[in-house]
Amino acid sequence: MSQSLRPYLQCVRSSLTAALAISNFASQTSERHNVPEIEAASSPELLLNPLTVSRNENEKVLIEPSVNSVRVSIRIKQADEIEHILVHKFTRFLTMRAESFFILRRKPVKGYDISFLITNFHTEAMLKHKLVDFILQFMEEVDKEISEMKLFLNARARFVAESFLTPFD
Amino acid sequence: MATAEVHHLFHNPIADHSFSSDKKTLAVARDNNVELYQKAGSKFSLTDELKGHEKTVTSVDIAPNSGRIVTCSQDRNAYVWEQTPEGWKPTLVLLRINRAATFVRWSPSEQKFAVGSGARVIAVCYFEEENDWWISKHLKKPIRSTITTLAWHPNSVLLAAGSTDSHARVFSSFIKGIDARPEPSAWGERLPFNTICGEFLNDSAGWIHGACFSPSGDALAFTGHDSSVTVVYPSAPEQPPRAMLNISTRLLPFNSLIWSGENEIIAAGHDCEPYRLRGDESGWQLEGSIESKAGPGADSIREESALNMFRQMDLKGQSQADTQLKTVHQNTISTIRVYEDANGVVNKLSTSGVDGRVVIWTI
Repeated sequence: MSQSLRPYLQCVRSSLTAALAISNFASQTSERHNVPEIEAASSPELLLNPLTVSRNENEKVLIEPSVNSVRVSIRIKQADEIEHILVHKFTRFLTMRAESFFILRRKPVKGYDISFLITNFHTEAMLKHKLVDFILQFMEEVDKEISEMKLFLNARARFVAESFLTPFD
Repeated sequence: MATAEVHHLFHNPIADHSFSSDKKTLAVARDNNVELYQKAGSKFSLTDELKGHEKTVTSVDIAPNSGRIVTCSQDRNAYVWEQTPEGWKPTLVLLRINRAATFVRWSPSEQKFAVGSGARVIAVCYFEEENDWWISKHLKKPIRSTITTLAWHPNSVLLAAGSTDSHARVFSSFIKGIDARPEPSAWGERLPFNTICGEFLNDSAGWIHGACFSPSGDALAFTGHDSSVTVVYPSAPEQPPRAMLNISTRLLPFNSLIWSGENEIIAAGHDCEPYRLRGDESGWQLEGSIESKAGPGADSIREESALNMFRQMDLKGQSQADTQLKTVHQNTISTIRVYEDANGVVNKLSTSGVDGRVVIWTI
């Protein structure tokens, strides 16, 4: 793990643990409803200040807590065009299967690549510290995954180019 | 340090729990129902289910003397359940609220109860003999958001309420014909219905999660979402309080608290264990957890054998299973209640939480 990644992840971990202090809360604007307040945003007093943790201008995490839900958005590092395409394809693959990921939001928040929506029902059904672990692990893995894919893609491109250009040798 | 008697009832969150006065019956709010458990030996076994609510039950309270159970739910209703030879019979309470009911508590006199709601009102309910039903009067004036918690003063007239508008307030819920005229106290002398005897803002404007009067009723403590506990000592009616002490901690927010004597508070919440605070008007401080964690945590690590380690690596790809927290509760504690006390000093307390456990602590 690189020198700047550790404090970044540690900061996200403690911010997320604090933000996940959520409880069951029925809507106070619509009758007999119980909705994630961070999405409904109908009562300003139920939302806390959003928090951005950034490692550099390309990598950051937005944590938006509320009384019964937390929205976590991640911007994955994209250094060049290829990485941009890879991240787009990768996150699209995940969001298409959002039901099976439970906490994944179908559409990322503007300016971010992937968003999670954790409600009080998730923290009740799953272990809270494990949910935090999952997001942290996702952040660690996704960078690795993207750079691996990029290497593979480059290697393949080189191979294809070589075999195309052999006739002109 | 405290010893814990753990009752793992099920794998659903417990919104609230209440013991009967003889400690034989335990009422637990589970999803849309309230389950009644009877103590058999050292265990609690399910005996009855109170069905009637259509949405999540948010709070339940057993009156210690009459044995009546009051429940409230996010479907905007509250029921009073009475035991008859045919089983538990519900009576609907006319709450007249149009949002979720969030919290309910019997007054110490058991003549009335208060229901907090998301409709920015507190319904103070009492029994009307003529029509044979429970009716309510609304406390609503300065409330601007959902009521999250309620606490009764020992005189059954004053009522403390915490809300998500970051205020803890003390109201008078005096109802003519039901209540005897209360003794004048530091909170107020003349107390007609809906008198505001105190309005206190949390220091960093966090939501209020729990409130409680001290055993004498001369001090109020409340917890906020900024992980702090605030203790208020009133001076005289219409005067600013004599002392208002904010104890901020580095822990996660507390959900609920109780007083154990005049100089001790026990609070529990998102850190999954109860904490003790001590102090008086000159200052309060956090003493630490009442849980002795050296036991299970340290032992289980030593028990980890090489075989076990390789098995874990084979099955799960990790050398150590760290799914278990070191605390007794494995998830947020939602309610803390007095189980047994002598002259206001608590010997035993009970906690329940999102992990489906009810724990009885002997201090």
